[in-house]
Amino acid sequence: MEIVKKLRKFGEEIYSDLMNGRFPVVKIPDRSTKNIKYDRRRREYVLGKRVLRRSTKNVAHLRSFTQLVWIAYFTKQLIEAGKTSTLRDVFYSSQAYQVPFKDQKESNEIVMDLEAILNTPREEFNIIPEERSSIFGDLTVEFTLPGYEGRRINLTSHPDGLMIGHALRTADFIETSAERVFVIEKGGIFTRFIEEGVHKRYKAILINTMGQAPRSTRYLIRRLNKELGLPVYIFTDADPWGVHISMVIISGSANSAHIRELATPDAKWIGVWATDIEKYRLPYDRLSDMDVKRLLELKNDIRYQNSFWQGQINKFLEIKKKSEQEAFAKYGLTFIVDKYLRDKMEQVSTL
Amino acid sequence: MAEEFKQLSPLEFFYRNKELAGFTNPSRAIYSAVREFVENSLDACELHGIPPQIYLRISLEDQISAYEKIYEILIYDNGSGIPKKELLNAFSKPFYSTKYVFRQSRGIFGLGGTLALLYGQLTTNKPITITSSIGDEYIHSYTFLMDVKGGKPKILMSKRLKNSKRWHGTIVKFSLMGNYPRVSNKIIEYLRQTTIAAPYAEIEFVDPLGRFFLFRRAVDHVPLPPRKIKPHPKGVDIRTVEEMIKANDSQMTLAEFLSKSFHRVGDKIARKFLKNAGFDPEIKLEDLNGDMILKLVNSMRNYKGFLPPSPKVLSPIGEELFKRGIEKEFMPEFLEVITRPPSSYEGHPFIIEAALAYGGKIKGKEGEIMIYRFANKIPLLYDEGSDVTTKVIEDINWSYYKRPEDKPIAFFFHICSTKIPFRSLGKEFIADIPEIEKEIKAAVRVLLRKLTKYAIGKERQRRLKRKIEIYKRYLGKIAEFSTKLVEKEEPPDISRLLRVVREYD
Repeated sequence: MEIVKKLRKFGEEIYSDLMNGRFPVVKIPDRSTKNIKYDRRRREYVLGKRVLRRSTKNVAHLRSFTQLVWIAYFTKQLIEAGKTSTLRDVFYSSQAYQVPFKDQKESNEIVMDLEAILNTPREEFNIIPEERSSIFGDLTVEFTLPGYEGRRINLTSHPDGLMIGHALRTADFIETSAERVFVIEKGGIFTRFIEEGVHKRYKAILINTMGQAPRSTRYLIRRLNKELGLPVYIFTDADPWGVHISMVIISGSANSAHIRELATPDAKWIGVWATDIEKYRLPYDRLSDMDVKRLLELKNDIRYQNSFWQGQINKFLEIKKKSEQEAFAKYGLTFIVDKYLRDKMEQVSTL
Repeated sequence: MAEEFKQLSPLEFFYRNKELAGFTNPSRAIYSAVREFVENSLDACELHGIPPQIYLRISLEDQISAYEKIYEILIYDNGSGIPKKELLNAFSKPFYSTKYVFRQSRGIFGLGGTLALLYGQLTTNKPITITSSIGDEYIHSYTFLMDVKGGKPKILMSKRLKNSKRWHGTIVKFSLMGNYPRVSNKIIEYLRQTTIAAPYAEIEFVDPLGRFFLFRRAVDHVPLPPRKIKPHPKGVDIRTVEEMIKANDSQMTLAEFLSKSFHRVGDKIARKFLKNAGFDPEIKLEDLNGDMILKLVNSMRNYKGFLPPSPKVLSPIGEELFKRGIEKEFMPEFLEVITRPPSSYEGHPFIIEAALAYGGKIKGKEGEIMIYRFANKIPLLYDEGSDVTTKVIEDINWSYYKRPEDKPIAFFFHICSTKIPFRSLGKEFIADIPEIEKEIKAAVRVLLRKLTKYAIGKERQRRLKRKIEIYKRYLGKIAEFSTKLVEKEEPPDISRLLRVVREYD
């Protein structure tokens, strides 16, 4: 197996350094926003050339270096045993080896370090995220997961939607009547859309990201766009966090800029825009200090350097307001589908 | 070997020693008695180069009330002993001493021992037994009652024993009313500290509870005793001068007498002084009357032209011995001792010796500063708060220095002088004389600089040790996991890398 070979090679360098009385060093591609750049050909953000040197001679690096070697060892065991493990499992497993992580954020970071070093997404070394996104709509898929090969399912078969996990991520698309994809930030609106029959009225596949979209969801969105040619529309809260959920789906995240095929460059953010807050006179909250700080960060982020995004960010900063998707309930529960969504779809046809 | 014995008058004794008020209450009385006899015993050994071996026993004889008990005190030493003809006088007349010679020794006149016997007899009405030999054929022993008015003692028993082993030393046994439990700790501490200042002395102690304490000696040799010198003109009183005149040829001129009898006084200084004081330098000693002697003594005390006494008469503990004494009792991790150059105040020479110790068995809370004080090799245990050393320690500006904070540190100060400037009657603390304070401060500064250096080094050591532990832990894990990753059996040896880390620091 390719990945096992890579892990062994990684281990051999460290082992031989130690054998020869040298302090092992690893070079890790820098995953900070300073080191991501736009790849025009791929139309997504990729890592630049900056590399971080992690040396065992530096006392400040020792801990994370040890964790990195442990994760490499742990994943090799996973692969050899044919098992998968969630990021949460990794966090807890580490405690048995006295290389504890402070929190899961720390263990996730180290997993991503290993991805960047091996240039391999973690799914290939059997570390999978915890699933929370779901999908609903007229799409028939056929599983390729060992043990489920050939089994088919239509994604309208469960009224709550189906969870997007490793099985769905790797399933083949068979057929669909859908003409577009709606990606929704929150479960409440996702459920309302199903109840109101949006999938039929708008011939849409609905995806609930439950906040920031996990990698498997982003991978699936990209496949729906690339393989089936379906346009993707993203619908989030009107605040900096909603804005960035859209951007990560469109252009990728800095954290996974080392992993290819997660972005959907043609996806569109259709709301709720800063300008919609005033246009629809939505109930609002004042922006918090945190919100303003985040907006200023986004304003300087290379992914936001065009007039549409800058315009929206400036509008937020100007009106100092934010609104949730649920705010449309002020005009009745169906307003969002009957009026707002129709307005938006007319708008995008002119974009 | 025997010292010169001179008799003082009873009244003068009380006059001169009114500050010897260590017998104010039952608990203090027993402490003071122990102190006087231990000091006498040490002097009896040291002045003759004998390593002191002292045995002290206090036993409960009778209980009068909860606070007033009768104790028997027995103290044995291996000192030079007292000749038979002086023996009874030395202990029965409070005005009789081996110490009426001008040099540094523990007690100024050593009369406290006799006072203790007197106090004991007055409070218990029990006789005193003294036994001594100078190492000749016989050991002499008397049991007697003192005549409080200074007359002849009433001898109850007198013995002469064969001394086939040529033993020399003195044993004193008497009874005294006191309260041991209240001063138990002070007495034990006093004995311990005594052997710090005199690490060539060994003291055994059996207390009324039957506990045995042994304070071992750390060295076998006794330092040379301080030199005897003639009295300094500023340090004598009328009685002394009268005695000195009597001891000389009555035909001697006054100028000749002064230059012959006093410390650092020659013919030139004698004549200059006499002229200044309005005396005829050629007047014969037999022609001096009481008024003239009074005038002479007062003039000597006020005259500015005398040279200060020589510090050669002082007997510091010495850096090496002080160090051994402290090590013996505390085994500190850090210890520095310094001896300041001699200085003087009001014409009295003095030397400050100081030590600073950290770690080992030094008791106290973390961050606390303990102070151990000695004056002419005697531990001072009371009134620490009023002492000049406490003042100096409290004034330390710690922003200039660094110390290990995890344990207490202890300062040791020894002042030796021909006259210790005690401020209180109890002779337990040193007055803040500017010259003395200056020397103590200088010593403290030197010691603190050394401690700072040590603390920095120690801190670096501690940090390095912690750092190496981190490397050891993580490199060990890295070795373990990388070995498993490459499916080898033996993990690499990381000790080479750890050595690099140590050298790199």
